This record gives sequence, C-alpha cells and structure tokens, in this order.
Amino acid sequence: MALVEIRELSKSFYRDSQEIAVFHGVNLNIERGDFLALMGPSGSGKSTLLNLVAGLDAPTAGRVTVDGAEVTGMKARTLAAWRARHIGFVFQFYNLLPVLTAFQNVELPLLLTGLSKKERREHVMTAMGVVGLTDRAEHYPRQLSGGQEQRVGIARAVVSDPTIILADEPTGDLDAQSADEILTLLQRLNDEFGKTILMVTHDARAAERAHEVMHLDKGVLTR
Amino acid sequence: MKFARLVWANLWRRKGRTVLTLLSVAVAMFLFATLRSVLTTLAASEQVGSESRLVTRSAIGITFPLPEAYAGRLAATDGVSAVSWANWFGGIYINSQNFFAQFAVDADTYFPMYPEVRMPPEQLAAFMQERTAVVAGKGLMERFGWQLGQTITLQGTIFPGDWDFTIRAVYVPDNPSFGDENFFFHYDYLLERTGRFVTPGWFILRLGDPSQAAAVSARIDEQFKNSRAPTKTETERAFQAGFVTMWGNVAFLVRAIGTAVFFAILLVAANTMMMAARERVHEVAVMKTLGFGDGLLSALVLVEAVLITGVGGLLGIAGARLLFGATRALSSILPGFAVAWSTVAFGIAIAIGLGLASGAVPAWQAARLSVVQALRRVA
Repeated sequence: MALVEIRELSKSFYRDSQEIAVFHGVNLNIERGDFLALMGPSGSGKSTLLNLVAGLDAPTAGRVTVDGAEVTGMKARTLAAWRARHIGFVFQFYNLLPVLTAFQNVELPLLLTGLSKKERREHVMTAMGVVGLTDRAEHYPRQLSGGQEQRVGIARAVVSDPTIILADEPTGDLDAQSADEILTLLQRLNDEFGKTILMVTHDARAAERAHEVMHLDKGVLTR
Repeated sequence: MKFARLVWANLWRRKGRTVLTLLSVAVAMFLFATLRSVLTTLAASEQVGSESRLVTRSAIGITFPLPEAYAGRLAATDGVSAVSWANWFGGIYINSQNFFAQFAVDADTYFPMYPEVRMPPEQLAAFMQERTAVVAGKGLMERFGWQLGQTITLQGTIFPGDWDFTIRAVYVPDNPSFGDENFFFHYDYLLERTGRFVTPGWFILRLGDPSQAAAVSARIDEQFKNSRAPTKTETERAFQAGFVTMWGNVAFLVRAIGTAVFFAILLVAANTMMMAARERVHEVAVMKTLGFGDGLLSALVLVEAVLITGVGGLLGIAGARLLFGATRALSSILPGFAVAWSTVAFGIAIAIGLGLASGAVPAWQAARLSVVQALRRVA
C-alpha cells in the first residue's frame, strides 16, 4: 500500500458563478521513502494538489489517503491535529514568524505535542543540527539570509518527524547557490533519514534531484 | 504556559502600539475607579448616621439656625434621652483650597452622643478644659502635618475675623464614612467671639427607644409647628441621606461618564486587536498549516487581548487605590473616600471583559481564516 494514495481527485473553483476546473480525476501513488517532484506551468494546480494532500483545502471530488488515513473525510479539528503529526510543510517564502528566534520558530510544531521543555529543546537542536544552523538558533529571521531562513523552515518541517514533507517551490525565492544547498539538504533528508518528500517546483534543475518527476498540465498528471 | 513566549512575542511586536493601548486602558480604568469610588463613598455615607439619633433642623432649610431655647424643650420631649447641638463654621485655613469641615459643638454633650468617635480620654479632658481647644481628625492632622498643642488660625467667612484654635485632641472614627478630616471646637467660643450673636444650626437627639423615631420626630415637629422657627426632625441616617440625594444628578452623571469611558476604551482596544490580527493573517495561516487548531489560535488572540486590557486595568486601578490612599486627595470633600477592594475586583473583572470583547472579533476571524486564500494572497 502506497504512503499517499490519490484517487479520482478533482478540484474546481467558482468565479462569479462560473466553474473553473483545475484538474479532474487525478490518480497518484507516492511510496514511503519516495522523493517526487511535481512540475507544471503556473496555474496548473500543483500547489492546489499539495494543499489537498496536506488537508488545507477540500477537493470537489475524489479522495486522498495518507498512511492509511483518509484526509478528505476528516473534520477541521481532526485535520489540524493530524497535520501537526503527519505533515511537514516547506514554503516558498519560508514563512517564519518574525517575532520569534530561529529556535522558537522550529519549536512551534512541538508546542502542539506533549513533550517537555527539555525534550523540545533536544528535538529543536537536533533539527537545527541537521540543517547546519545550531549557531544561529538565537537569531531572528531578519538576521538570517534567505538560504538560512529556508533551512530554518526545513528544520521546522522535520522537527516533529512527520510522515511526509510537502515542499511548495522551496527554492523559488533563492539564488542559485542557496537553492542548491536547500536541494542538497532535501536530498539528504530523503537519503539519510528516509523522509518521503513531495516537492512542487517549476525549476527543472530542482526536479532533477527527485527520484521521480511528474507533470501537471491542463488538469492532466503525466510522468 | 508553553505558549506564553509566543503570546509575549506577539504582544511586543509593535511596542509603541501596545504601550499606548495599555496606557489608554490604564487611564480609563483609573477614571473608572475614581468615579465608582465617588458612588460607593456616597452610598456608604448614607449609612454613617445612626438610627438611634435624631437631627432637628429648621423646616425652612439647613442654613437657618434654631433658637438655643429649643434645647431644653427638646430634652423634655417624651422619648428623647439626650440633646446636643452644633453649628457649621466655614472658616478658611491659609487659602480656600484647604477645605475641611469645621463644627462648633456643645462640648459637654456632643462627644458622649458619638461613641464611634474615639480619642484618648486625657486628650478629651484637655479639650474640655480650654475654650479655644480643638478636636481634629487624624486624617486632617496628617494632611497638614499638624501636631498636638499647635495653634491653628482660621479665617472666618460666616463669622468674620481670624480665629485661633489649639489642637488638644485627635480622634479616629470607627466608621471611615464619618470622615477623619473634621474639626470640632467649642460652641461657647463661637458664642463668646460673636457676642452671643449665634444660635444652634441643628440639634442632635438621642432616643431612648430607636423604634419610636417616627413618633418622636412627629411629636417634636408638632411642638414647634406654629412657632417662629418650625422644625424638621428625622433620623440622622435620613438626614445624611438627604445630603446624598443632593448628589443625585452627579451620581447619574458619574455613571454616564463611566459608561462612555468604558465604550471608548472598548473601541480603542478592539481597534488595536483588529490591527494586530490583520497584520498577522499570513502568520495565522502558517500556524494553521503547522497544525494549530482554530480553537487554540482563537484562545491565543483572546489571551493577548486580555493581557493588554488586564495589565492596563490593573495599572489604572492599583494606581488609583495607591494614589488616593497616599494623598487622600478627595477625602476632604467626600469623607471616607477610598478605592475599595470591591472596586478593584470589579475593575479587574471589567478589564478582563473588555479584553474578551475586544478580542472576540479577531479571534473569530483567526478561527475561520482560509489557509489557502491567506497564503495565496501573500504569494
């Protein structure tokens, strides 16, 4: 059984009572430990698909199952708790909270767990170590470079040891060198730590780092 | 507690705005505490008078004196066990800003009538032996830094001239509403200095049986009904309440101002929270993505709002209590004026309610925020 199973998934938007279909009848399996890149032009629905897997949006039809749990059938309250446990999200624009230090940003998902302060510190420092930023733990986002901010974002995504990491254009706001560092880091998370990664990108060089590349265009998903 | 750092960090995101809002709430709650204390002091002063004492005054008005000869006739009235009398003096100490109440009293009978006014017996004895002696309240002594034995000069207004008094006794009232800033001197001194051109302002009567108050009052007023100075007799409590009802419209005004202040500050606090929430739409979306539930996010917003109004409220109310406790700024006008603990508790409850009300809309908005739309808006 695949870690992520997407079956007959459809999503439409309504604009001024006119239905706009983003995609229709999409099917996809993502195996545990896989690193899948999802490519496609702007507006093709890549991020929408990612949001549906994370349970941030509801499909028009079809279902998404992650690690045996049907995400599309969950209620909002259950979804929040489920997301905290199973999803690590990496954003294009890092989305760190500016009033918190790097350490505190990474600690955020752990506040939703029953871990003690000491245990949280250990987990945060481990995650910061994985992304190579233990020396920047007390820095605020404004004191970090874009690449460092994204590494903190990745540390935040992995700190609670989620089932899957969803990365939405993780290198979209970075220069070539920083982008390369981030991709190397994601690859390492996949290779060394066995993390399953679904990455949305329209950068072909980024997609090359994945095991498999899928294309979403005009509502159709192809290899 | 693990979310405390997050709330704290958000509170100080815009230091200037948080401090200004906090101060607005503090000033408003200071005003609230002051206004409410005026009301509670007025209400308490209604209770200061005794049901076992009657006050007989001129039926025309409190400023019209009564003949001294009434004392004997009142004492002889059935149901009256003792009689005393007093006059309002109305002098100025140094300047008119230093207001305090001064009474010329019949020393032999006045203090036995008021067992709730306590002073050392030797001081009372010293007062009794000297015609220009004065009994001053403890609060008055502290207010002006007076000492026992000190000579005080008042400038008469109703009774012209400079009047010298020597402080021989200091009293402390059992009931704060009696006031500890009163100044009592001998009626005989007033009589002597004015060339006997003075008569009692009002009489105080002790009843043998308090349950007979209405009957005795009616009997007295009937007795003087057709005289040249008809009387109005009532219990001391009713007499005090009469003064309080003179404040009736002020009480309404105080309540109206208090309500206006409350709503003004509610709008200020709500505006602050709305602005703070609007700035953080994107962050709320990110936190929802991380797994923060709607209820938790709403609670965090509400806690933040309650902290601002709660701390502001505490500052204002505690400030009022400490300030009025230390300076006794209004106690000469309103004897016993103080910010009571009940006002402190009520004020804090209002401040918390204010926080919940001002945070309700932003909390609701945070809960119903669509993550996808919020993130897309920024992207």
